[in-house]
Amino acid sequence: MSTDTPETLPNPEKKAAAGGGELIRLEQVTKRFGSNTVLDHLDFSVDAGKHVTLIGPSGSGKTTILRLLMTLLKPDEGTITVDGQKLFPASDKEVREVRKKIGMVFQQFNLFPNMTVLRNITEAPVTVLGMSKDEAVERAKGLLDMVGLADKCDAHPAQLSGGQQQRVAIARALAMQPKVLLLDEVTSALDPELVAGVLDLLRDIARSTDITMLCVTHEMNFARDISDTVLMFDSGRVIETGTPEKIFSEPEHDRTREFLSAVL
Amino acid sequence: MNWDWGAVADFMPHFWDGLLVTLQVLAIGSVISFVLGLVWALLMRVPSRWVTWPVGTVTEFIRNTPLLVQLFFLFYVMPEWGLTFSALTTGVVGIGLHYSTYTMQVYRAGIEAVPVGQWEAATALNLPLRRTWTAVILPQAIRRVVPALGNYVIAMLKDTPILMAITVLEMLGEAQLFARETFQFTEPLTVIGVAFIVISYLASLALRALERRLVH
Repeated sequence: MSTDTPETLPNPEKKAAAGGGELIRLEQVTKRFGSNTVLDHLDFSVDAGKHVTLIGPSGSGKTTILRLLMTLLKPDEGTITVDGQKLFPASDKEVREVRKKIGMVFQQFNLFPNMTVLRNITEAPVTVLGMSKDEAVERAKGLLDMVGLADKCDAHPAQLSGGQQQRVAIARALAMQPKVLLLDEVTSALDPELVAGVLDLLRDIARSTDITMLCVTHEMNFARDISDTVLMFDSGRVIETGTPEKIFSEPEHDRTREFLSAVL
Repeated sequence: MNWDWGAVADFMPHFWDGLLVTLQVLAIGSVISFVLGLVWALLMRVPSRWVTWPVGTVTEFIRNTPLLVQLFFLFYVMPEWGLTFSALTTGVVGIGLHYSTYTMQVYRAGIEAVPVGQWEAATALNLPLRRTWTAVILPQAIRRVVPALGNYVIAMLKDTPILMAITVLEMLGEAQLFARETFQFTEPLTVIGVAFIVISYLASLALRALERRLVH
């Protein structure tokens, strides 16, 4: 994991060699919505297996990065490379190949309400990966067991609590065996008492798998626990980057200090 | 005014004939309007003006001209181009086509009401576009629009007597024929009036049952 910002200019090659190899790379990425520049010539990269947390005030562009990586948005300028494959410009086929490597969990869960919990999880492995139905069901049941909802196979999403829905959404994303898991404020829409269960599950996944995680969150304790690196965003730029110990204990930047004192 | 049960009894064989035609028109017309309306709604989402402009113009035209004019056109003008169909076929197609321009708007609203997060989740899971439509978007959209589609079935039922104008003998046609021959208007018109209410009521019951099943 490395960043290139006016403040910090580490050597990306050196860092990449030290980690599991570079998996994600953004170069000079700019995204505007109308006259509002959400990302401003952003550079950063993520090495395979690392857990990176993006923090910063609302509207600072954190979620936009996840949405760009998931190909839900296109950048106005710059290049995004995932596992050696460039997105934008890329053929539909190439984009689909990249998407197979990325899973995303949304703030609002976005489970398919017309399907059972089990079908939510098996749908994409069967139709996208071509997995046999039996295998998909077996794997889905294993995942539901892992997220503690083995008994909810035949329930519909509307019958579950928010926390349960989000755990199903995590299982659904993992069922596609992605290399990268994008977590977009996954506990923001949950009742306070349900947050801990979801975060504990994610801690387990971070500990027990080699999946790369990019995580936008306002849960600073969670960020401290799971992150290898924390990126502090402000106004579409990374203003500070470092280990969680450094960012949370001795931030260099005034904006980081202000932000942390407001949220902690 | 005297109520003559004898006239009712005399009318009943004609009534059954007319009822059968009305129900045929309603059933087949509904199916046509449901299927064609969905086709229009989907075509309007094709990202090309070469598709949306003609579809939009034609459906707008059909929606904003009277059904009666359209039926006359289909029945009297099409044969001049060598296209001749029975009155019943013409009527069913005409009414189904007319109502499809309403149901397309119902579908459009239903599709637009599916939260954008559903599209995003389908993209994130890499579902092919066709699968996204058939497995995610349409099941949710159609579930939402069943009540509105049901209202158009009732509206269509009330429009079926227009088919009398192109010689289709549905319930009103049979009643009028009977009345002209016997000079007894009260009984046949009352019978078919009651029949319309009964059919509407049964249709709305069936729709509510369907809604309940879909809402789960």
